[in-house]
Amino acid sequence: MSTQNIDHNDDGETRRDFLYLTAGAFGAVGLTSFAWPFLDSMNPAADTLAMSTIEVDISPIQEGQSITVVWQGKPVFIRHRTAAEIEQARSTDLKDLRDKQVDSDRVQNEKWLVMVGICTHLGCVPLGQKITQPKGDFGGWFCPCHGSHYDTSGRIRKGPAPKNLTVPNYKFMNDTRLLIG
Amino acid sequence: MFKFISALFCLFVLTVAVPVYASGDAEKPPQQEWGSNGILGTYDRAALQRGYKVYSQVCASCHSMERASYRNLADLGYSAQEVKAIAAEYTVVDGPDDEGEMFERPALPSDNFVSPFANRQAAMYANNGAFPPDMSLLVKARAGGADYIYALLTGYDEPPHGDELLDGQYWNKYMPGHVLAMAPPIADGMVAYEDGSPETLHQYSMDVSHFLAWVSEPHMEARKRTGLKAFLFLLVFAFVMYGVKKKVWADIH
Amino acid sequence: MSGGERAEFKNPVVSWIDERLPVFSLMQKEYGTFPTPKNFNYFWNFGAIATVMLVLMIVTGIVLAMHYTPHADHAFGSVERIMRDVNWGWLLRYLHMNGAAFFFIAVYIHIFRGMYYGSYKKPRELLWIFGVLIFVLMMAAAFMGYVLPWSQMGGWAATVITSLFSAIPFIGEDLLHFLWGGFSVDNPTLNRFFSLHYLLPFVICAVVFLHVWALHVTGSNNPVGVEPKGKQDTLPFHPYYTAKDTFGLAVFLLFFAAVSFYTPNIFAHPAHFVEFNPMVTPPHIVPEWYFLPFYAILKAVTFDIGIPFTDVVFVSAKLGGVIAMFGAVFLLFFLPWLDNHPVKSARYRPLYKKALLLLVVAVLALGWAGAQLPEGLPVLVGQIGTAYYFAFFLIILPWLSKNEKALALPKSISAAVLEENKSKAQTTTGTAT
Repeated sequence: MSTQNIDHNDDGETRRDFLYLTAGAFGAVGLTSFAWPFLDSMNPAADTLAMSTIEVDISPIQEGQSITVVWQGKPVFIRHRTAAEIEQARSTDLKDLRDKQVDSDRVQNEKWLVMVGICTHLGCVPLGQKITQPKGDFGGWFCPCHGSHYDTSGRIRKGPAPKNLTVPNYKFMNDTRLLIG
Repeated sequence: MFKFISALFCLFVLTVAVPVYASGDAEKPPQQEWGSNGILGTYDRAALQRGYKVYSQVCASCHSMERASYRNLADLGYSAQEVKAIAAEYTVVDGPDDEGEMFERPALPSDNFVSPFANRQAAMYANNGAFPPDMSLLVKARAGGADYIYALLTGYDEPPHGDELLDGQYWNKYMPGHVLAMAPPIADGMVAYEDGSPETLHQYSMDVSHFLAWVSEPHMEARKRTGLKAFLFLLVFAFVMYGVKKKVWADIH
Repeated sequence: MSGGERAEFKNPVVSWIDERLPVFSLMQKEYGTFPTPKNFNYFWNFGAIATVMLVLMIVTGIVLAMHYTPHADHAFGSVERIMRDVNWGWLLRYLHMNGAAFFFIAVYIHIFRGMYYGSYKKPRELLWIFGVLIFVLMMAAAFMGYVLPWSQMGGWAATVITSLFSAIPFIGEDLLHFLWGGFSVDNPTLNRFFSLHYLLPFVICAVVFLHVWALHVTGSNNPVGVEPKGKQDTLPFHPYYTAKDTFGLAVFLLFFAAVSFYTPNIFAHPAHFVEFNPMVTPPHIVPEWYFLPFYAILKAVTFDIGIPFTDVVFVSAKLGGVIAMFGAVFLLFFLPWLDNHPVKSARYRPLYKKALLLLVVAVLALGWAGAQLPEGLPVLVGQIGTAYYFAFFLIILPWLSKNEKALALPKSISAAVLEENKSKAQTTTGTAT
């Protein structure tokens, strides 16, 4: 076999390898991009996303009253706090808190406390929205599933829950309308 | 071989496409120039907005469009505020509230289009027993699509000699069977346009047909864009694979 | 499958697994070194293409089922939600819808190839029977899938096709109520159709496995229909046919993409976009195009069968049509015995070749007739086509088996390939000079 021939073979081999690699790369890229629509289709659909914000009229809620609204399939607690509750929430010493957060970080307007009403332990809905319901040892909310007690700022004070009740994104559109989400 | 296969394929397509026009004695609607035609066709936003105006001021008094929602109007180029304002013009029944009562509230962008009648029976009762079809899929549900809608809107005529019509019946060149219960719905000057487009039957019919095509197939633009990418990718891939196949088989033949 | 010879693998993990469960050896044997006749033409691509389409149907179907609601009140709306609101839902639905059509295109070409080259003949009879079984299961799955969007077309197709069973004497009516789960096509019908539509593809997978297993026992047929005589007649499956199949697949997918993205509703009748209303029948009900030939056979029997000039009827037109339609499919199971001519490939059987191509014409004509209203010319075309269809299988094939004199067969695959290359070379030099 002459040198020329060997060179020729080498060229052929390089070209062949190049072709194989290109084909393999194309196949891989094609399959990967093809997989995306299938995965993305499992994300929330447009109609679900359209429900991801709600507007709430808070004018009928008297001081000391709470309402529960449904947002993204979850209960949201909106409480018009009394002066005593605000005072209690603000005067609490950070040392006594498991999840250290001052009250002013949890409200935009101290009169209105807005939280997702889902216990941070295992996802039950705490009691305390209705006057007849137990409010726990700290005057806020009490989760009956495993006995977590939340204070008037929705912070965890006693029981197994690790975190304070979550504050969702919201803003006051004006004095009486709240946009959640 | 490929010739044979593509010939077979064409035959299949023919057998399928033929029956669509095979039934009825109506004239085939003439084809219009739509911006949405072609491989990269898109909807004309200004025409869609005018078409929506015609739909909401004329068609919507009888025809529902229950599969679409107000938020979809954002695709027409309306801002979030405008969509909200449009939706708020309509009233939906929601509930039950804390006292167990149903209540009315202004529609939200997330609501589906409010139907003019409570149900099919009410719609038929109000329209001499004829059901005004829902418009959310009308273009796909009629042979000829948007061309047919345009043709129907502009195809009203006096019945040919000898064809007697009953009260509440109208004659249309393009309607299968020619007789329908819908009076000519639009005429020149009925809807005011703000963009200076001619306020003619022709323009109204074009715009509303275009709008209905969009409602039937809102993702047409994304579909064609994705299609072009997929097709080009497959084309290059086919060429690469042809090279690979040639190379692999080079030492055989 | 157990034990057997194991291949050597360099990768220690692969080797470790293979010693315990020889899946890699199996793959190597069945898809790597598997000896495959070297003279396949592009008709042999369609088995692999059909397999890919089956996988595509299952994958798109599983994701679509995550968004679909099998309830008479919500089915149509949930499909529209897929088309409008679910991310990429329109793509998944169009791929599934047109995927069914292209799956059938691939399978029909695959069946034609099997018939043209005599792939059903000894020793591949069982392989063929599994194939026909797959075809029957596909038709059942496709029919039920057609019903799921709960459209006017789907709902009425369900009504009409299930009503075929009412032609069965004595038990017909009860059987119909059993199939429907009620006294009309309604929610129970939709629910069971959904359940079965989800189940059948996996049954098809199982039969495909048997089909391929049987293929790998007998080995593939080939365009000359002469069994490989040794190594010189075959090539390892990989890389020769993996490369060729992938190329063929890419070309096929080009057609598929063109239709799915640019004319996705070409196979869908307008009545498919109106919600099912059991009180209003659309003026013209047609099945999907891949059923049209069989639908035409159903409509071709327009007469009662009994003693002429009396009122004695043995088989009513309705029952006759049903028998003819199902008979046309079930006849395929017996093909290996209806045609037992020793020569496989139509290349060497000029009469069989003509008769078969005429059958293709008859089936296409039946397809056309099936789509028309049952009056006038289409009925006549349907009857002639039906007559030829049955004559082909029941008269022409057995007669040809006995009487057709075949052309001289090549000695081997290699000899045939050499011959072909020689004539090709001659034509090219011929045009060059």
